[in-house]
Amino acid sequence: MSEELQEGVVKKMMYLNRKAPYGTVYALESLEVVLIGAAFDQDVSLAFVDDGVYQILNGQNTTKDSGIGMKDFSPTYKALGDYDITKLYVEKESLEERGLSADDLMDLVYEDEDDDWAEKPSIILVSREELADVMDEQEVVFSF
Amino acid sequence: MAILHTVNKSPFERNALASCLRLSKAGSAILFIEDGVYAAMSGSRFADDISAAIADRKVYVLGPDMEARGVAGKIIDGITVVDYNGFVDLVAENDSVQAWL
Repeated sequence: MSEELQEGVVKKMMYLNRKAPYGTVYALESLEVVLIGAAFDQDVSLAFVDDGVYQILNGQNTTKDSGIGMKDFSPTYKALGDYDITKLYVEKESLEERGLSADDLMDLVYEDEDDDWAEKPSIILVSREELADVMDEQEVVFSF
Repeated sequence: MAILHTVNKSPFERNALASCLRLSKAGSAILFIEDGVYAAMSGSRFADDISAAIADRKVYVLGPDMEARGVAGKIIDGITVVDYNGFVDLVAENDSVQAWL
């Protein structure tokens, strides 16, 4: 086996999330694929754009007032850091046109093993222009 | 005729809300359900359209759908929150239901 195959090929991969949670299954499916893919040690990032920003809103509760009969999968985003998924890009403009700010998002963090396990924010607020640059660097983009 | 209009899509993704607001008459009722509840949030690009509709139509939002999505604390003034029983009452009170998908 060649050294390259033994070492594994690391690609820059982005999961692009553009749909609100619960109304369709896209958000949950994306999360499932991200967690499965985390086993392959790739350079993974997530982007939350358009209605995708609703996926990581704080205070989701699918059981209050009779509930909606669906699982609240929002706590799972908090586990992403433990799977070394530490780059969650959120487009500022998408938040703004929805009357939202970074304060409305969940507190998503990871522990940096290169910095004495210091807790650091996973959410990276970016402008439309900055996100376009990050997307341009990707080798693979998965759309949800 | 009294009509209950329901909107179940995000106004950012589909134009169901715009069509509903354009074609619903004064005195009718509008209920936001499922992803349609995002239209009931204050501060969004559509908040002014909703406020204009509240002037001559009754606007409601389904509470459990807002709670699920974490947006219950940011409802536009003048929108009435209903539960599932309230949804049934609205259907019973009106002559027909028009679903904007």
